[in-house]
Parts: sequence; C-alpha cells; structure tokens
Amino acid sequence: MTEYNFAYLDEQTKRMIRRAILKGLAVPGYQVPFASREMPMPYGWGTGGVQVSAATLTPDDTFKVIDQGADDTTNAVSIRKFFENTAGVAVTEETEKATLIQTRHRIPEAELTEDQILVYQVPIPEPLRFLEPRETETRKMHSLEEYGLMHVKLYEDISQHGDIATAYAYPVMVQDRYVMDPSPIPKFDNPKLEMSAIQLFGAGREQRIYAVPPHTKVVSLDFEDFPFVASKANHPCDLCGAEDSYLDEVILDDAGNRMFVCSDTDFCRSRRAAGHVGRLGTEDAA
Amino acid sequence: MTPLLQVKGIEKHYGALIGCKDVSFDLYPGEVMGIVGESGSGKSTLLNCLAGHLETDAGQVIFDTRADGPVDTLQMSEPERRMLGRTDWAFVHQHARDGLRMSVSAGGNIGERLMAVGDRHYGNIRDKAVDWLGRVEIAESRVDDRPTAFSGGMQQRLQIARNLVTGPRLVFMDEPTGGLDVSVQARLLDLLRGLVREMGLSAIIVTHDLAVVRLLADRLMVMKDGHVVEAGLTDQVLDDPQHAYTQLLVSSVLQV
Repeated sequence: MTEYNFAYLDEQTKRMIRRAILKGLAVPGYQVPFASREMPMPYGWGTGGVQVSAATLTPDDTFKVIDQGADDTTNAVSIRKFFENTAGVAVTEETEKATLIQTRHRIPEAELTEDQILVYQVPIPEPLRFLEPRETETRKMHSLEEYGLMHVKLYEDISQHGDIATAYAYPVMVQDRYVMDPSPIPKFDNPKLEMSAIQLFGAGREQRIYAVPPHTKVVSLDFEDFPFVASKANHPCDLCGAEDSYLDEVILDDAGNRMFVCSDTDFCRSRRAAGHVGRLGTEDAA
Repeated sequence: MTPLLQVKGIEKHYGALIGCKDVSFDLYPGEVMGIVGESGSGKSTLLNCLAGHLETDAGQVIFDTRADGPVDTLQMSEPERRMLGRTDWAFVHQHARDGLRMSVSAGGNIGERLMAVGDRHYGNIRDKAVDWLGRVEIAESRVDDRPTAFSGGMQQRLQIARNLVTGPRLVFMDEPTGGLDVSVQARLLDLLRGLVREMGLSAIIVTHDLAVVRLLADRLMVMKDGHVVEAGLTDQVLDDPQHAYTQLLVSSVLQV
C-alpha cells in the first residue's frame, strides 16, 4: 500500500478531475474537457471511468464494478482488483451495499439511492460524432443547441429498418438543453437515467467528463409517430424467471438451443437466492 | 417596396490583396441577380461574404427579415445568422458534395433542414422529402439511396431540393451548373427557372457562364479584380456592353 498514493492518482490530478466533475454536475450533459492521464490499462478498458472513480473514492467507500452487468468478467475483475490494491477500499458484488459503482454499458437493475454514485466508462462522448466529424462544428452545435442532425440519424434508422434501430448509446436530451450520449448502455436502461444517484461519465481517450445530477430530466429523442421504446428480448430469464430485467442471449449448442439470462448477475443471483426459478434453473443453483 | 437585400459597400481583403471592394446593390423580392467575371475576380468571395461564410472588413448586408424587418446580418449574433441560414436563406454550392451529407440518404438530406427547424414527425418529413424529389425530377424510388449512388446532375438537383424544402426567400448559388455536361445543364437551368418563378424566390447567382445568366438573371453585375465594372439589366449588359472588360467577356463566348 505504501507504494501508491490512495487510489493510484496523485492528489493534484484528483483535484483537477474533481473540478471537471463539479463543472459537469453544474452543467448537466455538458462535456467538460480534462487532462486525462495515462493509466496502467489500455484505452477502451475504462481509463476514463477509472480516473473518475479514483477521484471520487474515499477510504470509507464500498466499491463495485460491473461490465455489461456482470461482476465476474475480466474487465470488472481487473478494475476491482486495481482499486483493492491501490486504495484498499472494501469491495462488493451486491448493488445495494456499494456506495460507488463503476459500470461498463449497463445500469444495475436494482434502483439506486441518493447515497450512491454511478460511474460510466465512455468510449466516444460526442453523440454527433458519426454525423459530423469536425470537433469545432459539434461544439458549436452544442453551444447553439442545433440538434436537428441527431434526428437525421433516427430518420435514417426508420427509412432503412422501418423502426428506430439504434439499440444502444441512444441519444438523450438532458434538462432540455444538452444532447448527450449515455455511453453504450442498451436503450432499455434509458428511462433509468432519471435516478436518485449521481451519474458521472468519464471518457479517458477523448478526455471528457460529463455528469447527470440526481433527479435530472433525461428524455430519449424520438419522432411523434415513432416514439421511443425501451426494448428488451421478449422472454423471461431462464435462471431466475425475471420478466422485467435486461437479458443476454446465450447460445447453448449448434442445434439452435439458446437461453436468456439476466445481464445483471447480482440481480439474478439475489433473485435465485430468494427462491425464484426460471425455465432452466435448478432449486439449489444459488 | 422594400428591397429584400441591401448590400452597402462590402469590402474584403486577403492581406494586401483585394477580395472585393465597394460592392453595393439592392435586390428586390422575386428578382434574380447574376454575378459574372473571370476566375479570381472576387465573385465567390463576394457571395461568401454576403452569405456570412466569410467575415467582411467593411460594409452592410441588410436583409428584410420576416419578424423584425430590415436587419444588418453582419451585426447579427451567430445563432440568429445560422438560424437565418437554414430557414429564409439557402446556399447551393458548386460541388454538390460540399452541400450534401454523402453518408445520409436522399430523404435524410432533404429532411435535415426540416428537422433543424423543429419538425419531429417522421411521416410528414418523409412526405415532404418525396414531394421535393418529384419537384427536382428524381424518382421516388431513390429516396433511400445515398447521394454517392447519384449522378452529378442528380446530386446537384438533390442539393437544390435540400435547400428549398424550408421555403427560403433568398438563395445564393455558386456556379450551380459548373462541371455538368450541357444537356444536364440545360435541364437544371430549366428546373431552376421554374422553381424561381413558382416560389417567387430571390436569388444571387455567381457564374462565369454567360448563358446561365442570360436564362436566369434579371440583372447582372460584372466583376473584375474585386470591383464591379458594370451593372444593369441582363439583356442590356450582354447586348450592349459598355466597359472594355465586359465587351471582351461577351465577345469571348463561342458562337455555335
């Protein structure tokens, strides 16, 4: 523990990141530039989220990391271990017990409270990027609230696929002002963006931090005749039987058999522990 | 009658070089003004200054806005000017690729201005896109094709449709027929003339092609080295050129 400053980053860096976070909270949805540091992991593995977590962690925190909803995947395990080693904080897999949750591409199923902070890993923070490659122009569009282009993307979806086919990283309007990329969470999670917890977004390679304070209005963009739908696989979880959780599809063999399981592993585990059983679950599985 | 656009003493320098100098004119509703001159004479510089794409060094561009009457657009705040640029103004580029989004379908290209001014009904946007494709003689079946799959002439017509869909009152055109073969040019001009008459558009057309201004423009300005050397009614200037440069320009046209 003596080799590292608490939570790896030095105090000056953490101050710099905290200032960006506070600015982000003051202007919900606005992308605040910050001097992203080199982290001991490759870009794309959550360097932005890790820096935000490092700047937000206190020794009393209980830390949880999920990757696509799961606590036990490589990305989640290595980031959790990273902070276990460098900060010595308590870690957990239970959503309710965590005070700081770093997530990649999911919002936990359990409703978060005002005592919790949710940190997102963001690959590309600019929602307009694939339509307008010039950063100078997208910044101008944000500052002047020129968001017609975002609807061109949705228009293209409908004209090509008959429906809004964007299923993740679905653009939202924050507090009637900034259009924001909610990171690649499935659009099923979009309604949950209006929550009691603080939400922080960190993009390490792109050097941007943005935030959604508690109880902020977050509206998913849509057309009057093609309203937003928070879609999921039309199936209950095969392990715990939950009908209202976001599901992963798992291919079981090459004969066409497949199963659907909750992507939130902690949610599924706790339901099975409480005695819920799905189609392929067994009583003693938990 | 109030002029739709009053241009007063526009001046633009590139360092020591003159882009354009002392350009003044009035443009009335429904009128088409042609600007001709050789390459490097300041035509495009002038057009870009008027449209607010370039910063001017001096002068005024007073536009008769729907809401507040005549306003100097060069003094407007940027959001106001950009709003004007996608509602009452339109800009047709010489190269359709500059004015189109090449990775977005034809329908999306036409719909962009509608969505930019707040249209949020997919069905309506699509109906208007299809309607405008018809008006510029592009088959309805091409509505979901990207402009990359279109010929040069079709791209140019698509660009025009994309610009006119919000019913602008003033259109800036920078060599709209440049780079098209003559038969395609003729059809495009025919189409433009029809649209200008039908919608009562005012337009400023920059070109080096005298045939284009003969067909489209009511009035003509001849530019040389950044200065306007002659101005007047199109037929008058072309049939009885007074300035030596205009005489040269008119006599340079090959008579077939």
